[in-house]
Amino acid sequence: MPFLSSDRLKRQRQPSPAPAEAALCFTEKQNNALRLVRLSRPALDRGLTAGLTLADARARVPELLAVEMDQAADAAFLARIADFCERYTPMTALDAPDGLMLDITGSAHLFGGEAGLRRDLLNFLSLGGVSEPRTAIAGTPQAARALARFGHAHVIIRPGREAAAVAPLPVAALEAGAETATALIRAGLKTVGDLGARPQKPLAARFGGGLLTRLRRLKGQENTSITPRRPAPLCSAERRFAEPIARIDDVLATLEALAGHTAESLEKRGQGGRLFEAALFRSDGMLRRLQVETAKPLCAPGDVLRLFRERIDTLRDPLDPGFGYDLIRLTVPRAEAFGSHQTSLDGRAADDGDAAALIGRLSTRFGRNAVTQFVPADTHIPERAVRAIPAVEAAALPIAWSRPAGAARPRRPVHLFERPQPIEAMAEIPDGPPLKFRWRRVLHEVARAEGPERIAPEWWREGEGGETRDYYCVENARGHRFWVFRAGVDDAAPYLSRWFIHGLFA
Amino acid sequence: MTPTLTRLRRRIDAVAAPAGRRGGSESAIRLGAETLDRRLGGALLRGSLHELFAATTPDAAALTGFAAGFACRVAGRGHKIVWVRQSFTDTETGGLFMPGLAALGLDPGRLVAVRVRRPEDVLRAGLEAARCGALGAVVIDIWGRPGVLDLTATRRLALAASRSGVTPLLLRTGAAPQPSVAQTRWQVAAAPSAPLAANAPGRPAFAVTLLRNRAGASGQRWHLEWDHERQRFGDLAALSRPLDAVPLKRPAEAPEAALARTG
Repeated sequence: MPFLSSDRLKRQRQPSPAPAEAALCFTEKQNNALRLVRLSRPALDRGLTAGLTLADARARVPELLAVEMDQAADAAFLARIADFCERYTPMTALDAPDGLMLDITGSAHLFGGEAGLRRDLLNFLSLGGVSEPRTAIAGTPQAARALARFGHAHVIIRPGREAAAVAPLPVAALEAGAETATALIRAGLKTVGDLGARPQKPLAARFGGGLLTRLRRLKGQENTSITPRRPAPLCSAERRFAEPIARIDDVLATLEALAGHTAESLEKRGQGGRLFEAALFRSDGMLRRLQVETAKPLCAPGDVLRLFRERIDTLRDPLDPGFGYDLIRLTVPRAEAFGSHQTSLDGRAADDGDAAALIGRLSTRFGRNAVTQFVPADTHIPERAVRAIPAVEAAALPIAWSRPAGAARPRRPVHLFERPQPIEAMAEIPDGPPLKFRWRRVLHEVARAEGPERIAPEWWREGEGGETRDYYCVENARGHRFWVFRAGVDDAAPYLSRWFIHGLFA
Repeated sequence: MTPTLTRLRRRIDAVAAPAGRRGGSESAIRLGAETLDRRLGGALLRGSLHELFAATTPDAAALTGFAAGFACRVAGRGHKIVWVRQSFTDTETGGLFMPGLAALGLDPGRLVAVRVRRPEDVLRAGLEAARCGALGAVVIDIWGRPGVLDLTATRRLALAASRSGVTPLLLRTGAAPQPSVAQTRWQVAAAPSAPLAANAPGRPAFAVTLLRNRAGASGQRWHLEWDHERQRFGDLAALSRPLDAVPLKRPAEAPEAALARTG
């Protein structure tokens, strides 16, 4: 898509402030000079090229419209097109900044062969406002890329014909760097075909083995696979509709049927899904993804559907089917082996399963971070002593809390303030407990106190709460118990210490 | 009631009771404190809703401690406990601190905490959890008097609990009792503890009042302390000083009155 940036701008500004035939360019600061990086078709037609400085370009084409390059917006636009292309194959990769790679092995026949697929894609792209897209279908990603960028606008190469197809391309199509290209041209090797006709050993000696690898890949003699944008799921099922569906109930019914398919393939592996993702492709190209996560491996369609129903019910921006969905795909990105459950006589295993299902439902409804379990952290600093982890992940972790034994009373409060709150306290110097203190404008007289318990900062952490604290448990006359501490303990100036309340005992 | 009638009634109850997981004599909760258990007999039931009120806002921590003890007694070994809270209470009274709960004897590994923002979400999560028979107990911690917590909401909770056999505990801070279908309703306040050596604060102590009991008389008041070693409530030993040592009005008023009498 050579004019991606200007197409994006045209889509965004409607009605467009610039007439369609205006010369438009995108500039970027390179080495302290504003240079042209992208051009629109009219600008290209007037003889401008990428790499010119803006001043030179202005001198040639005075009416040139210059816009600053917005790479983030371009990337977002490209990602949206990639989303759409996922309907053809999940193996979709970005070829930044302006291209996409689709691995359509085994999926082209669904769209009436390679030519049919391309017709479908080009149709969508023109509806989406992408002008003059160039496509190529070939046996290796490198060959397809070179043909699309350096060859004719649209080609489909039969398997085994790559070498002949890439032969007329310029050596720049190897993309082995500007220096190599210049050196090859100086040596009289102008096309890939020229290069291929040469004996390979001297070439490797002069330009290194990398060039030959590129050549082989270009000629289809060595194949590589693309790295898809999203990791390939373990299993997936999809359904296409000749007529888009718009009712949520239909969507759910479809998901249930698809969950049946994934359940079959999961069962074959003896696995259950931990993460399910539904991709809803709207007929106008929008893609909506919904994810549900479970606390234990799951494969029964009914359970999966219940989670999706919960998810759809609680969406902050509800599903907008627009003109309907024409493709729904259910994938399982993460699965785990089913544990060999044995139901004990008192039904404990069944209970665990029910509790895990509850955790899954709650996490789906309120967000995975709202439902937590806790593991102890190996530190004495109270506010870091506990780590909250999402309960959907916690099922796999052994959570071992040791019970503090032998204490005459609980040594830690039931409520803890994340940040200790400052209080005004009156205490004996240097290390007496507070006699009275004021917290939230209420004066508390201390009737009982115990302490100090000194908690020193962790010297191996830099600059975090680096003060020694002396903790006291104090009880006021009405029976409320507080966990207060003195910070900034300094033997030289004990009256400078400050007091904080950190927790409340039961 | 004659013994025969009692026996018959019990059989009818056994037949009519919903198919909860725990039935019969097992369904009575014993908190461990002798005077309390003797007085309440089997009135404190599993699979029914119990409401715990904090007497005043500063008693929120005492309420948490009492609820943790209650949940410990209610939930069998190994069953999970779901604790639903509103997220803003973390700044108000501090967040639940697991080492503190562990010190009380409630294993934090069994605890699943749900933190949500709105009171209706608290109720929703609580209701969902109360329907899950695999749990030991559900603690629903609601602040203030949200409109959504009405008679219908408590009825829904009680119904879900009676079906699943799970015991929901409804914790209310900063609220006055209002009509509900709870089996029992308690008011919890912190109480001065029985001091340890060197006048150190002792075990968690509570002054609890039974405000309402659907199965019998109410209005009794107990002073309990939580024994974290044996995980049971016990009667607080005779207090070394009166409970309300500080009058609600300023202490400075007392000497003035004395002076006036002498003068």
